[in-house]
Amino acid sequence: MTSSAPQDPPHADVQNGGAPGGPRVGLFVTCLVDLFRPSVGFASVKLMEDAGCTVEVPAAQTCCGQPAFNSGDRDDTRAIAASVIRAFEGFDYVVAPSGSCAGMLKKHYVELFEDDPAMKARAEAFSVRVFELVSFLTDVLGVSAVEARFDGTATYHDSCSGLRELGIQSQPRKLLATVDGLELTEMRDSDVCCGFGGTFCVKYPDISNKIVGEKTRTIADTGADLLLAGDLGCLMNMAGKLKREGATIEARHVAEVLAGITNQPAIGGGRR
Amino acid sequence: MQITSPGFKQNARTALDDAPLQRALGNVRKGFIEKRAKAATALPEFDVLRDNARDIKDHVLAHLDLYLEAYAEKVEAAGGHVHWAETADDARRIILQICRDKNARTVTKGKSMITEEIGLNDFLEEHAVAPVETDLGEYIIQLRGEHPSHIIAPAVHVNKDQVEADFRRVHTHLDPARNLEEPTTLLSEARGVLREKYFEADVGITGANFLIAETGTSVIVTNEGNGDLTQNLPKTHVVVASIEKIVPTLDDVSQILRVLARSATGQDMSVYTTFSTGPKRDIDPDGPEDYHVVLLDNGRSSMLGTEFQDMLRCIRCGACMNHCPVYHAVGGHAYGWVYPGPMGAVLTPSLMGVDQSGHLPNASTFCGRCESVCPMRIPLPKMMRHWREREFSRNLTPATARYGLGAWVFFAKRPALYQAATRVAMAVLGRLGRGKGRFSAMPLAGGWTKYRDLPAPEGGTFQAQWAKRRHAA
Ligand code: SF4
Repeated sequence: MTSSAPQDPPHADVQNGGAPGGPRVGLFVTCLVDLFRPSVGFASVKLMEDAGCTVEVPAAQTCCGQPAFNSGDRDDTRAIAASVIRAFEGFDYVVAPSGSCAGMLKKHYVELFEDDPAMKARAEAFSVRVFELVSFLTDVLGVSAVEARFDGTATYHDSCSGLRELGIQSQPRKLLATVDGLELTEMRDSDVCCGFGGTFCVKYPDISNKIVGEKTRTIADTGADLLLAGDLGCLMNMAGKLKREGATIEARHVAEVLAGITNQPAIGGGRR
Repeated sequence: MQITSPGFKQNARTALDDAPLQRALGNVRKGFIEKRAKAATALPEFDVLRDNARDIKDHVLAHLDLYLEAYAEKVEAAGGHVHWAETADDARRIILQICRDKNARTVTKGKSMITEEIGLNDFLEEHAVAPVETDLGEYIIQLRGEHPSHIIAPAVHVNKDQVEADFRRVHTHLDPARNLEEPTTLLSEARGVLREKYFEADVGITGANFLIAETGTSVIVTNEGNGDLTQNLPKTHVVVASIEKIVPTLDDVSQILRVLARSATGQDMSVYTTFSTGPKRDIDPDGPEDYHVVLLDNGRSSMLGTEFQDMLRCIRCGACMNHCPVYHAVGGHAYGWVYPGPMGAVLTPSLMGVDQSGHLPNASTFCGRCESVCPMRIPLPKMMRHWREREFSRNLTPATARYGLGAWVFFAKRPALYQAATRVAMAVLGRLGRGKGRFSAMPLAGGWTKYRDLPAPEGGTFQAQWAKRRHAA
């Protein structure tokens, strides 16, 4: 892995904890990765360890709270947020392999504690340490290349929260360009929602299906072998639809390819 | 207008199965988005103008009472009349009274969403006054007995063949053998028919994009020039506008105008931007002899000071719906009331009650594209979430969703229990799905598996595997 100082390091005010071998990172696994695709977690750990981080995984984590937050259940969200903040205090950085969960931790926790100045201050101190995985590697650690190989053509979908809440767009493409054997081809409207939307896809399945159907069409039109994205929720939605349509294109989390961990079946794919 | 928002799901189903509608919605997707993007990137100060526009409206909303009074004084000073309407019903009655005072049989109308909101056309017809829509899109849907499906492109759901059929059905005084192949022939036919109506009309009714407190001026932006004819040719001009349309000064209007058309249609400016202040003066060669402004509240003042106040910054550009994947999928009518798309999902519950329109703020993926293009920087997803909070705290959330969420929250709050339970569950599911790698049906997950397969878990949670790895190390 190649590192170079980023030109304008954001959050330079966040101090490293001085742990031997570089910053101490708490991995926020995300519930979907924990339950459905542990290899994304291991890929994340590998990428960060290769970049010189010490990675730990606090056991007292479950989910970022978005299902409750977006269902209007503020009290339970607050309780979950407080326990996440508690579990990750003391790390230099908190990193999640998901733009959606990182966005929740970084952008929305603070607004939950408007009426509680003490918790609000803790949430603020927490939020500046939170990053999405690829953005952390590139924007914070200055990683500009990875050592990985994947033979094939891939297309990258920009998941909504990562793109619009955290500004993640060029970073994964830059790193993917350094994967040996991988060619990147752009789909039309890569920045348009895939129709997942958390509980939306089961509350309004007809509409969600229409939106994901448009998405799989643009994916198929690229002729790529591989669909990549940075959020497992969107990936499961798109992969599930592609499989139902009988498409052969495979889907993986971007971290798997960047870390060179691709011997496990693709998302929704069986053992060969 | 009858609200059908409670039937949103069924409305959406119908829209998804409507092939001509789906073709028409494809045009929304292509047309508006590229044009807006081009216009926005061509203007380096676009984002600064958006900030200014937001600040101007925030200032107005903080002092709305003062600006409304100042505006009303200026209108009166210019010889106009101001009417305050608290409810839709008040507004309808005031307008009908003006029409009756003028013995009006025909009124022409410029495009106005507020008159849709108060259901003016039906009301006037019931009272023997014939309203004639003069905006082409509005004219078309009036002939069809429909309502707008988009706030700036009311007939965006209608295709050319349908318009041709409607014109042949209604314009029976014209040669049945005429050629209406080209869209331009439809346009000139509508022009010809409407031209006569302008001269017949006793009263012209327009909306307003802005009301300027400094001068007592109402502003409309149009592309067809129909608004000018509507407000200048009849003897009486009635402006119907909601109270949040106020801006303090001409300078302020100029700033907001620079983001309005760019966000809406990608034009630098609309073809016509028309300012009108009071009735015709002695020195004016033409203009209405009588000038009325009906200021409608209809629930807006109760949004002030709440988490929904920001919504009152809206300038009705339509960018949010033009960029909304849900609007693209189902179109405007599915939302079931006057205002569709993300802005409707926030505004409809505010004006009509969330028990009537609870689906609307829920039917969003929170993709955030609406907020990213809104010229007034209205945090639309955040406000939809606020509606969900109100629904949740009033127990309006559907029971199944509540129980599902409750069970999930129970585990999410108890990490040790969560990990013990998920370790077993994922190991079992992983083994079941191992061969195929996915499930095509799954109990309790019908919403998912109706249309897509559910990818199977790899088997064993990350946490369980991580603990093992740590243990071995
Ligand atoms: S909410 Fe914003 S984008 Fe939508 S119509 Fe209003 S001003 Fe335009």
